[in-house]
Amino acid sequence: MKSRLPYLLPLGLFLVLALYFAVGLTKDPKIIPSALIDKPAPEFTLPPVAGGKTPGFATADLKKGQVSIVNVFASWCVPCRAEHPEINKLAKMGIVPVYGLNYKDTPQAARAWLNQLGDNYTATGADESGRVGIDWGVYGVPETFIVDGAGRIRFKHVGPIVGDKLEKEILPLIRAIQKGTGK
Amino acid sequence: MTRPLFAVMAVALLLAVLPLSSARAVNPDEMLADPALEHRARVISRDLRCLVCQNQSIDDSDAGLAKDLRVLVRERLKAGDSNEQVIDYVVARYGDFVLLKPPVKGSTLVLWAGPAVVALFGILALILFYRRRRAATPVAAQPLSPEERARLNKLLEGDAP
Repeated sequence: MKSRLPYLLPLGLFLVLALYFAVGLTKDPKIIPSALIDKPAPEFTLPPVAGGKTPGFATADLKKGQVSIVNVFASWCVPCRAEHPEINKLAKMGIVPVYGLNYKDTPQAARAWLNQLGDNYTATGADESGRVGIDWGVYGVPETFIVDGAGRIRFKHVGPIVGDKLEKEILPLIRAIQKGTGK
Repeated sequence: MTRPLFAVMAVALLLAVLPLSSARAVNPDEMLADPALEHRARVISRDLRCLVCQNQSIDDSDAGLAKDLRVLVRERLKAGDSNEQVIDYVVARYGDFVLLKPPVKGSTLVLWAGPAVVALFGILALILFYRRRRAATPVAAQPLSPEERARLNKLLEGDAP
């Protein structure tokens, strides 16, 4: 009797493809892997938000030997509003400096937004042209970077940090990177 | 309205809309004065993905980031960068994903070679199939055995009214 195996081949192929697509469907196509992971943070100097409470910041601030957070936000960004209480919570913990990168915003709008939602950033740089944002590979605010003590980008989170993401994802990563690099 | 008139109007409408579909998002104020540089900028922009809308190039997209990248591409060109340098500059920040046409390299080999390999297997299978069919000796028709003939006759009779 001839083998039946060739007839089962299409079914096998279908199953392999189905599995492949099933896995693919669980992934969010909006999340693009960052090209900057494990690369040094870009060279930049950002002025403060005009009339704001905190100073601006620059690459040198991220190389001071301690893990830091760079949170990209804008007053026109709705998910940033949802995420901001979590950013405030993280900043108030005092375990890492949290820098705000105010992306493509006007000083007035940024000031009003920070006054309303609370400003706990260590420093806030105003990137009105969005050029520094491009250097950071920013494509959709909010984005949050974890930078190690040597000023290397170790992790990037795209989208708002809401729900249990701070506790479950961001904090463990910060602690791991802090242990790895030494504070 | 008569049918021919309707058809003429439909065609006219189509012709009116068609050129619009190929209109680009580039604003006149972004364009470079030098037509050669502007042309290069357009060629580069067509291959760069707008990361906000993902399936549009930055040449097509109206998103803010796409506009910023268009301006950036033109700035780099004006500064004397080659097309490759401009593309590398953007790829260094956004990764290969920003290229609408993925580069050929180790991790994309399956993507590029996959269709050719599958087609090759298909052609191979076809050749094998036809060869085997030609090689197979045709079975000579056997006359019916007496039992088979009897059964056939019975069936044919049973069919009659």
